[in-house]
This record gives sequence, C-alpha cells and structure tokens, in this order.
Amino acid sequence: MNDTRTPTLRAEGLTKVYETGDVPVHALNGVDLALYEAEVAVLLGPSGSGKSTLLNILGGLDRPSGGHVFFHGDELTAFDERDLTSYRREKVGFVFQFYNLIPSLTARENVQIVTEIATDPMDATEALRLVGLEARLDHFPAQLSGGEQQRVAIARAVAKRPKVLLCDEPTGALDSKTGILVLEAIETINREFGTTTALITHNAAIADMGDRVILFGDGRITELRENTERRPPGELVW
Amino acid sequence: MVSPLTKKLLRDLWRLRGQVLAISLVIGAGVAVFVMSMGTLRSLEEIRAAYYERHRFAEVFAQAKRAPERLKTEISRIPGIKRVETRIVEEVILDIEGLAEPATGRLISTPEGRPATLNLLYLREGRSVARAQPDEVVMGEAMMMAHGFRLEDRLQAVINGRKRTLTIIGVGLSPEYVYSIPAGALMPDDKRFGVLWMGREALEAAFDMDGAFNDVALTLQRDADATAVVAALDRLLEPYGGAGAYQRKDQLSHWYLQGEMDQLKTLIVLIPPIFFGVAAFLLNIVLGRLVATEREQIGLLKAFGYTNRDVALQYLKLALALVMVGILVGFGSGAWFGRVVTGFYADFFRFPFLYYRLSTDVFALAAAIGVMVAALGTLGAVRQAVALPPAEAMAPAPPTFYRKTLLEHLILLVHFGEPTRMILRHIIRWPLRSSLTVLGVSLGMALLVGTLFFIDAIDHLMEVYFYRAQRADFVVTLVNPRGPEALHEMARLPGVLSAEPIRIVPAKLRAGHRERRASILGVGPEADLMRLLDEEERPVPMPPEGLALSVKLAEALGVGLGDEVTVQVTEGRRPKRTLHVVAVSESYIGTPAYMGLASLNRLMGEGAVISGANLMVDARHADSLNRRLKDTPAVAAVTVKSAAVESFEKTMAEAMMAIISFYIGFAGAVAFGVVYNSAQVSLSERARELASLRVLGFTRGEVAYILLGELGLMVLFSIPLGGAIGYGLAWFWTVSLDTDLYRIPLVVEPATYGIAVLVVVVAGLISGLLVRRRLDGLNLVEVLKTRE
Repeated sequence: MNDTRTPTLRAEGLTKVYETGDVPVHALNGVDLALYEAEVAVLLGPSGSGKSTLLNILGGLDRPSGGHVFFHGDELTAFDERDLTSYRREKVGFVFQFYNLIPSLTARENVQIVTEIATDPMDATEALRLVGLEARLDHFPAQLSGGEQQRVAIARAVAKRPKVLLCDEPTGALDSKTGILVLEAIETINREFGTTTALITHNAAIADMGDRVILFGDGRITELRENTERRPPGELVW
Repeated sequence: MVSPLTKKLLRDLWRLRGQVLAISLVIGAGVAVFVMSMGTLRSLEEIRAAYYERHRFAEVFAQAKRAPERLKTEISRIPGIKRVETRIVEEVILDIEGLAEPATGRLISTPEGRPATLNLLYLREGRSVARAQPDEVVMGEAMMMAHGFRLEDRLQAVINGRKRTLTIIGVGLSPEYVYSIPAGALMPDDKRFGVLWMGREALEAAFDMDGAFNDVALTLQRDADATAVVAALDRLLEPYGGAGAYQRKDQLSHWYLQGEMDQLKTLIVLIPPIFFGVAAFLLNIVLGRLVATEREQIGLLKAFGYTNRDVALQYLKLALALVMVGILVGFGSGAWFGRVVTGFYADFFRFPFLYYRLSTDVFALAAAIGVMVAALGTLGAVRQAVALPPAEAMAPAPPTFYRKTLLEHLILLVHFGEPTRMILRHIIRWPLRSSLTVLGVSLGMALLVGTLFFIDAIDHLMEVYFYRAQRADFVVTLVNPRGPEALHEMARLPGVLSAEPIRIVPAKLRAGHRERRASILGVGPEADLMRLLDEEERPVPMPPEGLALSVKLAEALGVGLGDEVTVQVTEGRRPKRTLHVVAVSESYIGTPAYMGLASLNRLMGEGAVISGANLMVDARHADSLNRRLKDTPAVAAVTVKSAAVESFEKTMAEAMMAIISFYIGFAGAVAFGVVYNSAQVSLSERARELASLRVLGFTRGEVAYILLGELGLMVLFSIPLGGAIGYGLAWFWTVSLDTDLYRIPLVVEPATYGIAVLVVVVAGLISGLLVRRRLDGLNLVEVLKTRE
C-alpha cells in the first residue's frame, strides 16, 4: 500500500559514523525510509537512537557516512554545500526543541527573515496568524513564553511554504498544555498545505497524531506502524 | 600535582589563544612605549646630570663685543657667583676638503696647558692644545665623525681675514655642545657646523683680543638668585656690547636636550594610557563573554563548594596570565625600541657615553601597571561571576532582552532588511561596548595620524620656510657691517643671479611689562628672496615704516596690528624708539622682527650699511661661488640652502621613519586587537543565531554579512572619529612643541588620513577573515543541539 503514494524524501541504506573520540560511534546503522507527500510521520525512540541524526541528514544539515537520500528525483547526498543551502532555503522548514529564534528580531521579523529570501512565501503576518500569534507580532523573543516562541518558530518554518517540515522534539521544552498548542499548529499546517511532516519525539503519547509511527532503536528502524486514523492533538494526553 | 582549576586555566588560555595574542599585543605596545620612553628618559637624565656636574657646565652665559679681562674681577664680585670663566668665541669659515660649500666653525678659547674652570672638555682622543702651538685645535666629536677626520688631519680656516691651516690634535666633547646646532638652524648639520677649541692666546692674537674677552660663563652658589645675577651681568657688560645674559635653561644645547626630555615625558603620560585603556576594555569584553559562556560551570563549581573567592581568583588569574604575556612582549620590544631610540639620540646628542639602561624599577613599574590593567579589566566579569547564585547559574540564561529604542525608530525610518536590523539592534543593545569598540579602533587610527602628521608638518614647515619665506640659495653674512658697495661686489660673484641686502640688528623689544630679545631684519623695498608671509602664508610686501613681528614674537609680547612696541637696539649707538606693529608674519622658525631696510638704517644712524646678502645663484656655478666665498676674508658665514635642506631631510627621514614604523605597528596592533576581539566575542554570542540562519537556508556569505557587517560598520564609524582624535593629537603636539626656536604647523595632509585609514581597514580585514574562517567552519548540528 505504501508503494502507491509518492515519496517526498527517500533514504536508502543510510549510515552515519562519528569519529570524534577513540571509539567510532554508529549513529545510523543502515536506515531505509520514505516520507510520503502530505503525511505526518512520527519518529519515536529513546535519546541517542539516531532520530535527530536522520532528521538532520534529511534536512540537508548533515551528510551521511554511507547511503543515499533522494528529494523527489534529486539525490540530496550528491549536493554540494551551495545546493544544500538552497535546498534548505526553498524546500525545508525546521522546528527545534530550543526554538532558535533570533533574539534581536521581533516575532514578525523572525518570520520575515525567511520570507525575504524565499521564492513563494506567504505573508509573515499570515504565517503568525496560522499559529495563533496575530496579537504578538511586534514582541521580541524575550517577551514571549516558551510556547509562543515555539509557535513563532513554526510560523517561521512554514512561511516559505516548504515541501517538508522537520520538527525535532518541538514540545520537549514545554509543558503538556503548551505542547498541545504547538502540535495543533503543526497539524493545521499539514492539513492546510499538505506539507510532508516528520516529527521527532520520545513521548509515545504524541505518536497517535501521526499517519505513521517509525520506531527507532540503536541507529536503525525497529518497527513501522500505521495509525488507522490520526488523533487530533487536542485529544492527546501526557 | 596540577590542580584541575589550573589545568582549566591553561586550556582556556590555549583555546582563546587568538584573543590572548591580540590583547597581549595591545598591552605589549603600551608596555613597550612605557619601557622605551621611561628607560630612555632615565638614561638621559642620569647621564646628563653626571656629565653636567663632572664637567662643570655653567649656569649663566653672556656674550659681548669686546670686554676687558679686568671686568672678570668685577663679575666675580656679583653676589651669588661661584666660578667665572671668560672666553673668546668666534665663528669662522672653514674650508674642508671634500665639502664644496664653506662650513662654519665656532672657535672657542681654552686655556693652554691647563684645564678650563667651567664647561670642561672631555677628550675622547688625542690631547688638549699646547702653549705656543697656535694652529692646534681640538675638534668636536660630531664634526669629526661627520667628516671621518683622524688626529693630525688638517683643515683650512679663514681667521680674521687670514687663511690658516689648523691641525686636529684632539677630539672633544663639552656639556655646552651636547646638541651642536648653529643659531637659527632647525637640525644639526655636523658636516657644515662644528665646534673647535683653540688656545686662548692663539685666539687673542688672531682676533686682536689681547687682554679682552667676548664670552663669559658662570656657575652660581646654591642659593643664588639667578635673575639678579643675569641683571647684574647685563649691567656690567652693557658698555662692552653685551648682547644679554641668559640662564642655562635658555642655553641652546641644553634647551634642545630638555625639550627632547619633556617630549619623552609627554609621551609617557599620553601614549601608554591609550594602550592600557584599550587593553582593559578588551579584557573586560573577552572575560565578560567567558563568564557568560561558563555560567553553568561556575554554578557547578559553587554547587561543589568552591568559594566566590576561588571563582574570582580563577578569572583574575586568567587575566593576569594574559597580561603577563603582554608584559613580556612589551619588555622585549620596549628594550629593543629603547636601544634603537637611544641610538638615534647618540647621533643627535653628544655625550661621553650614552647607553640605554634597563633599570629594574622601570620594568617593575610597567609590570605593576599591567597587573592593574588586568585587575581593572577583570573587575566587571569577576563581579558577574561572583554574583551568580549557583542554582540560577546552572539554569540556561534567558534570551537576551531586546527592545525597539527611540534611536532605532529614527534609524529604521529607512527600511532595512532583517539582517541589517540584527546588526543595528546588536550595536544599539550594547551601546557602551559598541562605543568603546569604535573608540578603541579610533585611538589606533588617531595614533597613526598623530605620528604621521609630523612628516606633513615638517614638509609644510620646509616649504614655507625655505621656499616661500627664505628663498635665497645662498645667505652670506659679513664679519662686520659694510657699505652698499659690498652688495655690488657680491652681486658680481660667479653664478650670482641676484643679490639682496640683509641688515641684522640685535634688539630688546618691549610692550607693557613684556620684553623679548630679537633680531631685527632689515627688508629692502623689493625684497624677493626674503619675504614676509601673511596668515595664509602668502607673501606680502614689508611696509616701509613701522615694525613687523613674527607670529610667535607678537604672541610673546602680547601685541597685534597697530599696537606700540619699544625697540631698544643693543649694538652700535643703542638707539631706542617706539614703533607701531604694521604686519604680523608667519615664520615657523625663530622669533624674528622686521623693519624696512631704509627705516632700520635711519634708526641705527650708521648710513646705508648691510650685514650680508641673500643670493639667488645659478646652480651650475655654485662650485666656483663656493670656492670664492671660502677665500673671502670679509665673509663670516655662508648658508647654502640646498645643503641645509638635504641634510635636514636625511636626518629627519632616518629618525622619523624608524619611529613611525614602530607606531604603524602599534596602531595596527590596537586596531587589530579591538576588531578581532569584538568579532570573536560577537561570534561567540551569536554563533547560535547565525547557525539558525544557516539552517533556515542562509548562505555563508549572507550569514557573514551579519557578523562582519557589524564590524565593518564599527570600523566605518571609527574612521571619522579616529581622524578627529588624530587631528586633536596633532594639535596637542603643536601646542606642546610651541617654542621660541620653532613651531610645528598644524598640517595634516589627506594622504596621512589615507594611510591611517588603510592600516585600520587592513587590520579590520585581517580580523574579519580570521573570524569568517571560524564562521564558515561552524558546525550547525553541534550548535543547535545544545542550549547556550
């Protein structure tokens, strides 16, 4: 049944070895994975299982030690630095655990910094409205709560109308109530724009909001699970 | 066993090595200038004091036309006098083999067969003059070395109209001629001016001065009133053509030496504090940043039970270690710099011995200042570290609080993109740090402008003095004033294209209670070789009646156009008259006064006489003119402009270029130290946000713009400020070097600003490139993984 859908991103035999210390660390041990158009895939696993490494490679932030990644028909793993930059600029939206907003820019400007360099962006105000922050446009990060900061980060990630939205523990630093607001924002984007979404978490409760759940352990996929139906984030409890 | 904290200290130093080096360079520059100037000053002071004392340098000096030797007894009766020495001092033309132009020799009498009472000769080589050997001379070391003379070498001198051959039998130095320069010259020219000591009897015979003297030197008792002695001496010498007694402080050689030492003192007060201030600021930002990045570690240390004192000491030690590197760099380069400068001094100032002494207390003082700088620069950061409660310290810092300021609203009226907004907000967010960074870079540039300015000023001074005011190729002065036929004779000499008369009369000028001695120069109605210059340095004709004053003299007398000045001539019939100031003329050298030639001659009542002539000469015939002048008994001195200019330029070029290259290095170090450290600190503060931008798809170049754009903007701001401070520094030098002998014009050429800007921009580019390299190597995944 998977074969009938178009994969946005496809990884084949991905390995990643960190040679920083005396002992090489195998972060990825041969991962084969496809992320399909308009789906929400939840990557679940304990910390150190290789989820973030995979996401960074898929997002063009890092290079694998072996294997290939294809974005539609293009081989990402063959891109040079300049191509990767433009891939991130045009196709990918990132959301991180620690928001990574620019403290010297307001909410609106944090989004504008992306819309100014994108080819077909939405209006920054519109993006912030989507995440429910239309009242906080001119606030600086230091004036926003954690949940609000994360929602600015989501608005920033989606304002360029990316093909892929990659979220690494987006609720990791938030309480559950705020976390749900953030997940709702992600869900809205996916529904309205059909953005392929990959969401890393070690919180099993969140898995229910995805179309598929990819379980990670020791640098490889241990289990692939399909949810018959996505649960709205509002109904999640943890 | 090395404690873990010490290990951390060493590793921190290694990790921050680029910044450690940059700050060390700045401190090193400060210490170097301090060690150099302080050490040189000390050496000069000690050596001068010993020399003056051992060689009994006189304290009061006076010249006269011809006074009977018996006056010496009367002089020694003046209350407060310790020792008196009368002498005969005459200037003569020297004909030296290998030198085209005639040189000037100052013959000074010395007692035959016994040492003088005052201004004792230090014999470097050979012996002193003997009785009954009238052609023996001891030559000053400066001229001896300039011509490479050896003992028993001979030279020709025109002495009172007779050409004589003198034999050099000794090489001497005197505390009176540490700096040997003829009156009115800017720089020593040891090839063309030298001091010769000759037997008193031989000089008496040569100049018909039997039983007479024309120069007297005195030392005073401990509690003597020097002013009263000067006045008494003036009274005694007045009937014998006394030209006015003066104290040691106005003695030419001493005056220059003292001036040089005062300049060193100014240097000590002015320059090292700039470097130390900049270094303290750099330490402050670097350590402040270190404490910020290590706040969790600090919290942890405190949680483990380390005291605030331990934590404070840790950072203080780091700063001290860093400063020590700078101090060592400064010791080394300062001692070397000191030796180089002392080497130059040894060329200008003739002491029996001159060395650069490395005195421990100078080093100790420099080190103490360095430690103070470390403490001062660390204070803020250490306070910050100590104030952190452990629990709070271990939690990550909240995002930096930014807000829109009024200033920003004004600036952002223009629409800037977000990256530019980031730059502006970051600058505005830390206004003190940004301003100090701008100030730091400006000071680097200012040092450069303030040093290079000397080249412009000297060029301008030369241009004005030699090419606009004193335009004669040859200036010939006569032994005694002569009638107008002398001018015609000179006009007919080979190669002379035109000749203009000179009349020089010594006088005392008085306005109110102020009095000055000056030479009054008679200027002919159509004088073209010696011209008066107006405020804009354009030539103006000398009004036929009244008195014209040089700017400095008018200032000293406190008079301006139209004011009255009483002129008391101090030679001939000593006429006295009150005249109106009719012009004030720019003259950077000396404090001359001018009168119309006819009007001056009327005042003197001696008929139409001249004291010399300004000549315009066809360069092709200069050699034959030189030969004729060397053989003309009536000629007392010849100044050849081309030779004076050449020697001046050579001397200046050598000394100034060495000093200037030091300062280019120092200024570059300051600019580099400030820009590089600001860039590093900025990078460390913003690594996370810049990495985020890279993740969002910004290219390396676009991200670099934010960091380097900020630096560029600061450097840009610092350029006009640096130019202004540099101009201020130049102004300060002109004011502190404003003397009766010369003034330095305040001229800063565009090229000087250009070079200073270039050095600052290059320093900025180098720091920019170094930081850009680190920025390009930024590991996106690493930076994003952890929170600050």
